[in-house]
Amino acid sequence: MRDTTISLSHPAAAPAKAADYVLLLKPRVMSLVVFTGFTGLLCAETPMNPILAVIAVLCIAVGAGASGALNMAWDADIDALMRRTRARPVPAGRISRADAAALGVVLSLLSVMVMGLAVNLLAAGLLAFTIFFYAVVYTMWLKRSTPQNIVIGGAAGALPPVIGWAAATGAAPANAWLLFAIISLWTPPHFWALSLYTATDYAKAGVPMMPVVKGAKFTRLQIFLYSLIFVPVAVAPAFTGLGGLTYLAVSGGGGVVFLMLAGRLWRSGAGDAPAGEDGLYQVKTGAREARDLFAFSILYLFALFAALVVEHGLHRLA
Amino acid sequence: MSESSKDPFGEGEAAAKARRGRNLAIAAGLGAFVILIFVISILKYYGNVHAG
Repeated sequence: MRDTTISLSHPAAAPAKAADYVLLLKPRVMSLVVFTGFTGLLCAETPMNPILAVIAVLCIAVGAGASGALNMAWDADIDALMRRTRARPVPAGRISRADAAALGVVLSLLSVMVMGLAVNLLAAGLLAFTIFFYAVVYTMWLKRSTPQNIVIGGAAGALPPVIGWAAATGAAPANAWLLFAIISLWTPPHFWALSLYTATDYAKAGVPMMPVVKGAKFTRLQIFLYSLIFVPVAVAPAFTGLGGLTYLAVSGGGGVVFLMLAGRLWRSGAGDAPAGEDGLYQVKTGAREARDLFAFSILYLFALFAALVVEHGLHRLA
Repeated sequence: MSESSKDPFGEGEAAAKARRGRNLAIAAGLGAFVILIFVISILKYYGNVHAG
């Protein structure tokens, strides 16, 4: 919200529909958060009333949605400048910043309050911290001030499995934090791969993403180095009692592919040629390696958590 | 339903329709929240009863 002189008023904008308020909650991010939060809850291997378990996951989802609304309220000025985000309800003029912020605050309070009343105070506290970290530490501070924004800010996206685990047990043991570490270390290669072919937009909006500030070559090296740390951590649950043979196969096999793609990206020239005005999702020849790693990183993270869900789900059924 | 009840603020058909949709969504949200609190209360009550 640095440049308040940017006009966000759109006299001809269509009136806001209920669906626009749903979009404020970033439903795709919510679905990922629900999945990882549920995985943490299931991995805790502690009997829990199924209705309370659903309520816990619902609170995590609503809390994540609230963070999204607060993010969109604060970032409306830069969202209006980027092709990927300019159609969002606030920059498009269908919802005011004040309304988005109000929705975010109300849903934050409700989600934390219900989590505290229905589940336990540790889960509620972790949820409150997650919302604060994403909305204040990442969105208001880090995002516009350092190329390390997603390295630190990624912690907010990594906390849902810990919240799920805490909801089931009232504690957050080392294995819960291992899930946190997996998502935290996955975030930099994932987002930097994306930013390699959307750097023009970030530069236009003044967001200091790694390729904008340090250049594409340095970013590709950072992606590779983070991948070297991330993959062993992703395999680690197979040796801490959290994951079984299925998990070992998925994390090991996928990890090899992840490292191969990260290595190929490191040696490539991805991001060296700036994307043109029409090329947001049109992959340039030199950026294909970045797009491949970005796409595979989503599949890999999903596969890791799906393997845990399958193993722990089957264990419960047995 | 008369024209005035469809558009009580004279804001145009599209805006009035959007407002009705938002109002219905708020009503559904509030109703769901009331049911949620009721369910939590019942679960906590029976949990405490069974705990002695």
